[in-house]
Amino acid sequence: MAEVPIDIGHVSKLARLALTPDETASFAQQFAKLFDFIKELQALDVSEVHPTAQVIPLHNVLRDDAVRPCLSRAEALANAPDAEGPYFKTPRILE
Amino acid sequence: MSDRAALAEDLLMEAVIGLEVHVELATQSKMFCGCRNEFGAPPNTHVCPVCLGLPGSLPVINRRAVEFLCKTGLALGCDIAAFSKFDRKNYFYPDMPKNYQISQYDMPLTTGGGVRLPSGRLIRLTRIHLEEDTGKNVHAGASIARSNYTLVDYNRAGVPLMEIVSEPDLRSPEEAEAYLNELKTVLSYIGVSDVKMHEGSLRCDANVSVRPAGSSELGTKAEIKNLNSFRFVGRAIAYEIARMRECLRAGERIVQETRGWDETRGETHSMRSKELAHDYRYFPDPDLVPLTLPREELDQWRAQLPELPAAKRARYVSDMGLTEYDAALLTEARPTAEFFEAVASASGAPKEAANWIVGDVRRSLQKHDLELSASPIRPEQLASLIRLVKSGAVSGKAAKEVCEIVVAEGRDPQAIIDERGLAQTSDEEAIAAFVSDAIAANPDSVAAYATGKQKAFEFLVGQVMRASRGKANVDIARKLLKDRLG
Amino acid sequence: MITGHGLRDAVLRRERSAEQIAREALARIEVAEPSLRAFITLTPDVAIARARAVDAAVARGENPGLLAGVPVAVKDLFCTKGVRTTCGSKILEQFSPPYSAAVVEKLEAQGAVIVGKTNMDEFAMGSSCENSAFFPTRNPWDARRVPGGSSGGSASIVGARGVPLAIGTDTGGSIREPASFCNVVGVKPTYGRVSRYGMIAFASSLDQAGPLAADVRDAADALEAIAGYDPMDSTSVNVPVPHYADQLRTDLAGVRVGIVSEFERSLESDAPMSALYRAAYAQLESLGARLLDVSLPHAKFGLATYYLIAPAECSSNLARYDGVRYGLRVADGGDVFTMFERTRAAGFGPEVKRRIILGTYALSSGYYDAYYVRAQKIRTLMKRDFDIAFAACDIIACPAVSCPPFELGAKSDPVAMYLMDYFTIPMSLAGLPALSVPAGYVNDLPVGLQIVAPAFEEGRMLGAAFAYEQATRHAWAKTPPVAAAYAQRESGRNA
Repeated sequence: MAEVPIDIGHVSKLARLALTPDETASFAQQFAKLFDFIKELQALDVSEVHPTAQVIPLHNVLRDDAVRPCLSRAEALANAPDAEGPYFKTPRILE
Repeated sequence: MSDRAALAEDLLMEAVIGLEVHVELATQSKMFCGCRNEFGAPPNTHVCPVCLGLPGSLPVINRRAVEFLCKTGLALGCDIAAFSKFDRKNYFYPDMPKNYQISQYDMPLTTGGGVRLPSGRLIRLTRIHLEEDTGKNVHAGASIARSNYTLVDYNRAGVPLMEIVSEPDLRSPEEAEAYLNELKTVLSYIGVSDVKMHEGSLRCDANVSVRPAGSSELGTKAEIKNLNSFRFVGRAIAYEIARMRECLRAGERIVQETRGWDETRGETHSMRSKELAHDYRYFPDPDLVPLTLPREELDQWRAQLPELPAAKRARYVSDMGLTEYDAALLTEARPTAEFFEAVASASGAPKEAANWIVGDVRRSLQKHDLELSASPIRPEQLASLIRLVKSGAVSGKAAKEVCEIVVAEGRDPQAIIDERGLAQTSDEEAIAAFVSDAIAANPDSVAAYATGKQKAFEFLVGQVMRASRGKANVDIARKLLKDRLG
Repeated sequence: MITGHGLRDAVLRRERSAEQIAREALARIEVAEPSLRAFITLTPDVAIARARAVDAAVARGENPGLLAGVPVAVKDLFCTKGVRTTCGSKILEQFSPPYSAAVVEKLEAQGAVIVGKTNMDEFAMGSSCENSAFFPTRNPWDARRVPGGSSGGSASIVGARGVPLAIGTDTGGSIREPASFCNVVGVKPTYGRVSRYGMIAFASSLDQAGPLAADVRDAADALEAIAGYDPMDSTSVNVPVPHYADQLRTDLAGVRVGIVSEFERSLESDAPMSALYRAAYAQLESLGARLLDVSLPHAKFGLATYYLIAPAECSSNLARYDGVRYGLRVADGGDVFTMFERTRAAGFGPEVKRRIILGTYALSSGYYDAYYVRAQKIRTLMKRDFDIAFAACDIIACPAVSCPPFELGAKSDPVAMYLMDYFTIPMSLAGLPALSVPAGYVNDLPVGLQIVAPAFEEGRMLGAAFAYEQATRHAWAKTPPVAAAYAQRESGRNA
């Protein structure tokens, strides 16, 4: 089984996802199997190949600078878990 | 270390400054959606699924934002990329609707170019790229640290933002302010932004470091944020340079970090958070396709650029004989420059036009709390006033009065002169008669003047003016008196 | 078997009312649901109202459209204004979108009657519908087995003949595999053929909406209804949408069909599956097609490539679920970043978490070039394989799946589940149109044949599928168990 290079703790912080120790352990095991396949990719010579950025060859898709109808404030706030007056409300930001 | 040695060291250290300027573009709609781009609207009234980051929403690029950025690049001599794309900059924050910002990473729309300072120094640009603005966090209580919760307004989320990055070519706080002023002027000339720092449509972060003078290596830099006016920029940079020098003198190492400017205390403080540095995990945004702007479009945009402030200043000095000082004042804002050019052309008297605009017109505008573009004064009106003064039809003093009325009401100067009886006579015969009368009525003064008393002459001039009820051309009165009395 | 086009024709000829049809569909669904659980949200009132509107239009002499009166189920990944849209996830369990997806608007514009939102693997991540946060859906042919995924609910209800048409999405096989498992036709269009606006994003460069239908004709009409350029989607291609029904043909004379050597080799050891597919290819030949071997040498890297690219894109697409603007919020007096972490921990299931971690890693500093960029380069090689293949053939015929539908819980190992996408991933990575059409049974369980065409050649692909379907009529050969219960209920009502 391949060595799993992922520092799951570090990555979960980047992804703002709190994992339990159990989850971390089981994911590590599961990734190991996947990395068996992934390491095969490293063997290919892709030095002359461009990455596919877009699978369809479109360029220059732009829209005119025109104002379109938008949501009402009520619609915008309708799904908000917490709101105060016209604002969305969240817990405080601790830097 | 002794004071002399410290001073010597100071002289040997130079400051190296680069500025990152974010400019909100004055488009009608946002960068990736059709919501109105408007400052100061009631919270959360200019939002839609796209700029709120609702599930399933997709971005579409605003053509005008691309045009504005390219025009900026063309005006500043940048290279416009033949191929450019958008990337996602991934990080979490409550004012980020998608918790990624659509920006440009390795293929920005422009590279190179520069801003020439009035001193003549060219400050090179690294790049200019396009991205979207975030929403705004509003905090209960005085600061982030003290509030229990945060309120978020997404009106600003998605507004098109142009980021202009300079090379670290600036060498002093004064140069930094000059750079910002010139940049702001160019941007308002080409009409791409309101550039109002107090409204947030222009924001600036400064990268500051110090190094031994003459060295080509860069020292450790600090990034200064929270600079809300050009003055703060200058003061913060000055503070930071001094702090860094002090640091090195004390034998400490400078830490690369982000620092915030505190205006009340007049100092910068570290904003280093305890957690990990951002790993933005940039990758090309799969919801957007690349930009390959055709040469014809760029040529068209270049042709649409107005004459820029630096070119105007040079032309005013070399072709019209203005001082650099006046040229600088007149070119500060495009409406003023264009007004001046129209007046100069209509009156054929550029120097007088400059004097009037920089002097009395400006004063009158200030008095009535008006911008030039909001005042009803028309170039032909000022040109007409200039001609009337030159021809002697009105005295300089009376003309000032007329000017103020024209600025406030935009009326024809001749009409105002007639209305208020401000016409002066330059009719030598008529004035000669008043002169004769004055001489005849004041023999003592005549005699006093003959003995060299200058005051007596002035008295006689006053008498001539009184007799003419102020309408005599005072210069002609003087001349005729002198002719008569010697 | 009831087809959508049959119902539409009846409505337009005023032989049946759309309201009657809608009520019957809802009745069938009511019978099937206890065992199937294909729906997350049913919308009977909205459906009846819309059906009545269709009837009123017909009464006025108007033509309500290609799908007039056809009952349609929509995967719960499409935003439906005012109707709960969960994406199979707890994190959106109570989300009610203020707007509808372009696909939904197009369906409605063509007179379709949407009856509800179907179950799916959470955020479209899965191949069995077992990753739904709410409950698994069952296969209409055997209730112990999975319907496939991630469009499991859509495939199941069509396979159960509750409705003739459903809309799903396919990112690595999520329409084709469940279509194969449930004995229905499932179409993944060319990338860019159908607008993604309002379609909750999983992997942006791969996701495409498509129909799951009772027969090829229905799939053709549905595709025509939903396809087309949308200025709200920058990746939507401005190419005219043909009347696909015109391209349905009954023979394959002159058609060169590529058989993929690598795929055939991989199924060699499975005798029943190999036999079924060999019979399918033989059938194509007997319709006049010329078979030839083609090679997709990089197909074997598809799994690894896909499981780097898709998670990378989804890790970014799912960052917005943070409890601030909508959805679940878990806040217990801490700061906002803690709220993010707890909300996402509680709101996402294990498969979603796995892919977010994997994707975040693949994009992270120091690893981006080695994983994400490299995977995108191999993607280029896979596209080239298809370009070369299609220089020699007009369509490719190959397996849609490696096995018939498996039992719930049988593939608890995630990688074993990922392997279900082996035959469907390469076409997704290349952005090509591909479909699954019923191809027979193994152990009385359905298996589908996959047909692939070059970009924007959906007509050619549907045409070939139609020829095969009409000659074999596999889906007509058997009736799903639950359908017998409909007959009972309907006759009970009529008595």
